[in-house]
This record gives sequence, structure tokens and C-alpha cells, in this order.
Amino acid sequence: MRPRLLFTAMAVACLGAGALLAQDAPRLRGPDPFTREQAAPPMQRPITNDIRVKRNYPDQPPVIPHAIEGYALDLNANKCMSCHARRFTEQSQAPMISVTHYQDREGNTLGGLAPRRYACLACHVPQTEARPLVDNRFVDMDVLTEPERHSGGRSNR
Amino acid sequence: MDLSRRDLMKAQAAAAAAAAANVALPAEAQNITLGEELRLKWDKAPCRFCGTGCGVMVGVKDGRVVATHGDMRAEVNRGLNCVKGYFLSKIMYGADRLTRPLMRMRDGRFDKQGELQPVSWDQAFDTMAAHWKKVLKEKGPEAVGMFGSGQWTLWEGYAASKLMRAGFRSNNLDPNARHCMASAAVTFIRTFGMDEPMGCYDDFEHADAFVLWGSNMAEMHPILWTRVTDRRLSAEHVRIHTLSTFEHRTTDLSDAAVIFRPGSDLAILNYIANHIIQAGAVNRDFVGKHVNFRLANTDIGYGLRPEHVLEQRAQHAGDAQVSQAADFDAYARLVSEYTLDRAHELSGVPKSQLEALAKLYADPKTKVMSLWTMGFNQHVRGVWANHMIYNIHLLTGKISEPGNSPFSLTGQPSACGTAREVGTFSHRLPADMQVANPEHRKLAEQLWKIPEGLLPGKVGFHAVQQDRMLKDGKLNAYWIMCNNNLQTAPNTNNETYPGYRNLENLIVCSDPYPTVTAMAADIVLPTAMWVEKEGGYGNAERRTHFWHQLVDAPGEARSDLWQLMEFSKRFTTDEVWPAEILEKAPEYRGKSLFDALFRNGQVDRFPLSDMAPGYENRESKEYGFYVQKGLFEEYASFGRGHGHDLAPFDTYHEVRGLRWPVVDGKETRWRYREGLDPYVEKGTGIQFYGNPDKRANIMGAPYEPPAEAPDAEYDLWLVTGRVLEHWHSGSMTLRVPELYKAFPGAILFMHPEDAQKRGLRRGQEVRIASRRGEIRSRVETRGRNKVPRGVVFVPFFDASQLINKVTLDATDPISKQTDYKKCAVKVVAAMNQAGAPAPSEPDARGGPR
Repeated sequence: MRPRLLFTAMAVACLGAGALLAQDAPRLRGPDPFTREQAAPPMQRPITNDIRVKRNYPDQPPVIPHAIEGYALDLNANKCMSCHARRFTEQSQAPMISVTHYQDREGNTLGGLAPRRYACLACHVPQTEARPLVDNRFVDMDVLTEPERHSGGRSNR
Repeated sequence: MDLSRRDLMKAQAAAAAAAAANVALPAEAQNITLGEELRLKWDKAPCRFCGTGCGVMVGVKDGRVVATHGDMRAEVNRGLNCVKGYFLSKIMYGADRLTRPLMRMRDGRFDKQGELQPVSWDQAFDTMAAHWKKVLKEKGPEAVGMFGSGQWTLWEGYAASKLMRAGFRSNNLDPNARHCMASAAVTFIRTFGMDEPMGCYDDFEHADAFVLWGSNMAEMHPILWTRVTDRRLSAEHVRIHTLSTFEHRTTDLSDAAVIFRPGSDLAILNYIANHIIQAGAVNRDFVGKHVNFRLANTDIGYGLRPEHVLEQRAQHAGDAQVSQAADFDAYARLVSEYTLDRAHELSGVPKSQLEALAKLYADPKTKVMSLWTMGFNQHVRGVWANHMIYNIHLLTGKISEPGNSPFSLTGQPSACGTAREVGTFSHRLPADMQVANPEHRKLAEQLWKIPEGLLPGKVGFHAVQQDRMLKDGKLNAYWIMCNNNLQTAPNTNNETYPGYRNLENLIVCSDPYPTVTAMAADIVLPTAMWVEKEGGYGNAERRTHFWHQLVDAPGEARSDLWQLMEFSKRFTTDEVWPAEILEKAPEYRGKSLFDALFRNGQVDRFPLSDMAPGYENRESKEYGFYVQKGLFEEYASFGRGHGHDLAPFDTYHEVRGLRWPVVDGKETRWRYREGLDPYVEKGTGIQFYGNPDKRANIMGAPYEPPAEAPDAEYDLWLVTGRVLEHWHSGSMTLRVPELYKAFPGAILFMHPEDAQKRGLRRGQEVRIASRRGEIRSRVETRGRNKVPRGVVFVPFFDASQLINKVTLDATDPISKQTDYKKCAVKVVAAMNQAGAPAPSEPDARGGPR
């Protein structure tokens, strides 16, 4: 049999204090012991507040702050483009797709969405209300550049 | 605060802009940081995730990665990344990174029954070495083993191979790539005598039709999928046919979604071959000049334990790999049974779809690219399935030219580079050589400068066999590197976990994070990852690419390479090599394995001054020579001059990768065709030069059923796999908040009618049970995957929903690759203790899709 692990003691000793809540540990490390049955985590509600989220760095694809359930993304239709294409942004007030999305593989600028950018969801993902299981200590470049303007500023939970 | 004039102007400009827009800026926002002031240092690196091998630009500031984006100059992806790749910046910064070695202790000493506590590297290595020596002495080399990965860098895999085979004289070394593409690798050798695809990614821009066999590229190879969809949407005539056991994002963007019963792809493939023959579409000239025919042994079992009734009953479980020479007529007779009617009956696919597919392959004017990965390879007849694809391409001559390409995709960033080319499989040596071949061993002994006769000729334990042998107490010293096998191996409750906790065994796990596997190990070694070390990978199109160390690993975490080399210092040749070998080669006596393997005049031949200035390199600085260069150049000597040529080490730090063979500084995009491949002799047109007669093998094989199929009690097919947002077992991506929040837990994809029939609602908690084990999950009847009735799909990334407690440890009997796509389960409502159904989630509207 596997000896019981003292998760709390370990967390303090070597895994970074406060980084991980005890109830989240099995989500990342499995049940203790391994053979124990584990309840399924609840399904999470999608975030649909339409509030733009700061990017972690310029080239990060922005996350989707609205519901996309039932959106067609097939050979006949691309529902995303019905709001985010240049010509629809006035009615929709949605952000226009990035200008990079008008460039083909050779770097030519096209009049419309480049075919290679057609599968929007390969890069842009919706978010749920799930609370992260563990801190992420990534630091924004602006915080490193001008720390005095970001006192206490570790960002991006 | 002292503001410079420029700062002041900038602040004023922002304030003016804000005033014009009639908004008040908060104090901290009254600042614009210009790119030049950020002073990021940008360098190239390949992506850490799948086998596509996208180029990434990595921005570093103050010793931290602060930004990443797709490399415009990388041929593979030309500026694009998928969502995982775009979040590479954050994978190293999970707050629970391991920073000190841990060991199970009680009363201040190692005790397998104790608890994991921080120790020094010396304590950890000393405990390991003592156990390794005891096991080697008492039981010999076959009782030590290592489980590595296609995520190892080239030199890490190479160093591991040397340490295991030449150091400990054991071939019990296998990569977790065994679970991923062993069927593909084995079939390449059986068909062409040489591993890896003849074509390359340039085929995407040349093909007229794409046929995806069990591959969901939109989620698993998203950037290659952008090249497929780019071609489909840019050229009107191009078509995509996707074969799968359920509908998903790839079928959404396909012209035809061909949904077949699990395992019946074999019948469809044989039907297509039969159609080609019946329709007179065989390229007689090509077949006559370049192809041999063989017939495979049939009724070959399912790679289960030998006492299993299915193995006992199988006629050729013991010689599954054997085949007999045959001719075209014999092959044609075999496939003639696979008529349209029979293929339709076995697969459940409408005849019109089957015919359309067959005509595509038969039409000499349509260039076809066939693509496959785990759907095909994780198959109890994975080798046959791979053969059957080549059969079709060889019958029609649609191979080794732009756009005509049977193309095996790989799952891991260096599945091709480290698992296959370096040779970290239990049966392989570098450059496609085999441990069972005495000539190959002799050559390896010469190139490694080790005594003749040292290398063992017995094929070692493969992945699934390692778990069985740990459980049975035959494998007792075990090091797991760069993978999370307790989460990803099949049938883990019964076949993997017992071996880890077997009191006879010492289990060591090297990992950056406390994974399921790490938490069940006896010693946990904190490991540097990705750009915390200098590395090289080989992607699916034979592209070798490198990166420099760009940041330091946290705390005491060190690279796998350092761990392997450091461990080798603790052994002397006298302790681990047989006396009779040392008698004949006394100059090796008393040497440490470090000196014998890594200070051998070759690996240590490049000085530190060869390193590019401006980059840290912890391993080289510690050992006083350019370790990575020495290991790579020694490794490259295995392949140069016979079709596996690699460029000089330094070149790879300059370029965005090169596709081998690299001859006279030029990469090779299409192999085996005159004019495109320098190894093909003039006037021959085509030469499959991996085989002595320079011909490829068409291998006839029948349809045979899966190891387990649904019945009255276990009435559903279980298919497991991945999702776009998470990389394999999720140990990196679950620690990136944006990726976690995008897909925060595994779910059971089920047909709405199947759910209704069982009285289940969307979001409800259920038990998924097989004959081997069960887990709890939640029902999803909508979303990105649309399964047919009778099939359920569960991803394996979630450590709290360990679906591999349910899966079956059946493998392809030839490749020993696990079938994670086909077993029988039942799904019932999870009951709480009072016997009532557990309440379903009130807010089950959402969840990932």
C-alpha cells in the first residue's frame, strides 16, 4: 500500500507555501492514494460578460469573453466573422480581427480573412468561471520594466 | 521621481490623448512603454508541445520568459501558433514547480513506506546508486529499467541510451512514444527498411485531396490543420475526407465525415485496395519495378499477458511479426473478399461515402495526402493499418512526390528525433539500427568506443511490459523521465500502480511538477524544462531544430541530461561490466561510467569556447566541455553517409531546422525519388533504398476484430484522447490559468439518446466502469465532439478523472503500442451514499465546448 502523503506539510516544505489549496491537489496530482475514488469536479459556467481581458503579451490571442455555443464554424459558415469581420464591426461593435489575419502564408496582404486563419478556435478560446488550481508566477514585461508603477504587481491569475 | 524629458513628453502625450477622448486615466495607466525600452532579448525555439514542430520566438527579460509568438521565419508555421503554443510563456511558472529533490523518508532515512521530504541531490543519487548496484548484482541488467520520452531533447535521449545500454547493459529503455507512434515506426521499417515519412509538410500545398484516418488535426495538430484548410479554402477543387469514430472539429471543416465502427478501418482500407485492383487502377509499371508482395501472419492476439485467454487462443501470438513472400495475385485474392458490401457491413459507413473515397485514391490525376496519428497507431492492428495505407499508395504509385504522400503525424515534439532517430526504443539503436542485429551492435560499440561484446542483444521490455514486470517483481530499479506514466499508461490500477508500490522496487521520477507519477514515486528529482536548457528536437517531417538555454531553472532543478551524466559518475566499469569483457579490454578497468561514456575523447572534444556567446549552458560549464555538441556530433556519426545525414551541430543554431538527410548542406524534402533525393541513383526513377533490393513491401492482412467489444453489460465503446487546450496529461497546461479555464476538467461526451436511455442529464455525475476499473465524470451531450450512439469519448488530461483506470492494456502484438481507442464500458448515474443519484450541477449550462 502507498503511504499517506502529508500534502499540507509538503506544500509548506517544498512546493511553495499557499500555492495550492489542499482541495485542489487531487486535480493536479491525482487522488491520494492513487486507487481512491475521486468525485468528478463540477462543470463550470462560461464567462459571458463581454469584458475584454488584458493580454499577457502583445501576441497572445485574446480570449473570447462571450458564449459561442452553437456557433457554426464549417466549410459553409464562420459565425465568428459575422461580428468580427471588418465590414460588420460597426453594427456589432466587436473588435475587428487583427490585421495579421489578412496575411497569407507568403506574407501577402489580402482583402479579407486569410484562409489559414479560418479556424478561429485554434487560438482563441472561451473561458469558464473555474478558479485556477494553482498560482502562475508569470510576470508581465511591464512590471519588470517599470516595477515602481506596478507596486505589488504580479499579474495574470 | 526623476522624469526624463522624453518620459515627460510621453506622459503628456498620453494625457492629451486621454483628454481628447474625454477619459481620465488612472495614475498607473498614464504611461506608455515603448518596445525599445522593454529591451527584450528574442531567441528562437521550437514549441514544447506536439510533433508539428512550430517555431516560436521567445522574449526574455531579467532572466524570465515574458513573451512568446509564432516565428515568422519558421517554415513549419510562418508566424502562427495554436493556443497552447501562444501560452508557452507561462508553462514554466506554475507556483508548485519542484525545486528540490524529494525522497520518501522515515526517521531521517530512506524508507519506501515513508513520506516524501526534501533531500540533497547527493542523498537522492546515493540512495539510487545503492539500489541500482544491489539490483544489478543480485538480478543482473534485466532488472533495471528506464522510461523516457519523445519529449526528451536529442542529447538527453542519446545520453540515456548510452547509460542504459552501454553503462548498465540493459535494453529496458523505452519512450512513452511507444504509446504514441510505435505502430507507425515499426511499419516504416517493415515497408521501406527505413523509418519516417518520405514526404514532408510541403505536401500540404501540393495535394488535391486530404484523407484523415482517425485524426482530429483541428485539435491535435492545429497548425498543420491551418495548412490543410488554407489549401482547401484557396483551391476550389481540393477536398477533405475525414474518417473517425465520431464527429469533431476536423469533420466540421471536412467535405466528408466518414464515421465508422471502431476497428473497421481495416476493412475500409482493404476495400479501397480491392477497388483499385478491380477498377484497373493499379500502376502496373510502378508496382512491377518498385514493389514486393508479402502476406502477414494472421490471428496474432492482442498483446495481453500470455496467460490471457485471447493470447492462448490466438494461433500466431508468438510470431505475429512474421510474414511470407507472396505475389500480386495472392494479395489481390486476399483483398477481393473486401467488397463494397462487406466493407459497408463491417464499418457501417454508407456505400456512397466508401465509393467516393476509393475513387479518390484510384484516380491517377488526384494527388492524395493521407494523414494519421493516434487513431491509427493506438490500435490492436496498428501495424496492419499502417501497412494498408502504404498498400494503397504503392498500388497507385502515389508516393514520394509533391502532394502524393502517405504521412504519419507524430504526437510529441521529438518523437521522431529522440524516440526514433536517436533510438530510445527497447529494440533500437541510433539511425534505425536494431539491438538484435550483431552487426549493428558491433558498429555501435566502435562508434561509442566501448569494448566489443558489451552491448546486450536481447530486446528490452517495452512500455506495457515494463509495468507488468515491475508488478511481477522482475524489474526493480526504475527511472521515469519526462513523462507522467501513472496517468497515461493503460489499466493503471491493476498493471501500473502496483509495480510502483511494490516493496522490492525503487521508483525514481524526474519532473518539473508534482504529477500523479511523481507523487507515487520514491524519489522525485526536480527538472529543468524547455528553454531552461539547451535542446534539440526532431519533428514529424524529419526536421531537426535546436534552441539555446534562455533562462535558468528555479531552485535546484536541473536538466535530465545533467541528472543522467551525474548519476553515471557513481558507477565504475568494474561494478557493472562483466569481468571477462574487462579482461579483454583492461584499459577500461576502474573507470567511472562518466569517463567511459562521456569523457571518451569524443563527447568531450569541443571546448567551451565553441559555445555561442551570450547564452548560459549549465551542463557544459559544470563539465568543462561543450556537452550538447559533443553528444550530438558523436550521435550524428551513426547516420552520416547512409541516408540519415545530419548537418554540423552549429548549423542548427543558425537555421530554423533542416530536414534530413542533409547532403552537401542541402535538406531533402522528398525521399526515394530521383532528382529530389541525392541517395537515389541516376536513371532509376524511384529507389526505396532502405531495403537491400530497393523495393517497398505491400503487406496483405485481413480485418480482425478488436480485443474487447461492447456486450449486454458493458454496452458502450470507450474512446480516449486529447483536447486542443491541454497537452497530454496536463501537467504543464493545467497550470496555465487561461488554458485551464478554457477546459477545466475532463467530461464524458455521449450521444443525447444514449444519455436519455440511461436517465442521465447533461452535467450529471456518472460512473464510467469497465471490467478493470471505474472513474466518475460528468455527462456532456453537446459541445465540440459529437459521438454516435454506442460510443463515448473521455480525454485523459485530468488527474482527478483518471480514465486509464478503465482502459485495457491490449497492444498491437507487433509494435507493442497500446490501444487506447477501443474497450467496452458502461455508464451509470453516480449514487451518493443514500443510494439516490448524486445531484446534478445546477449550472450545467456551460462547460467547455
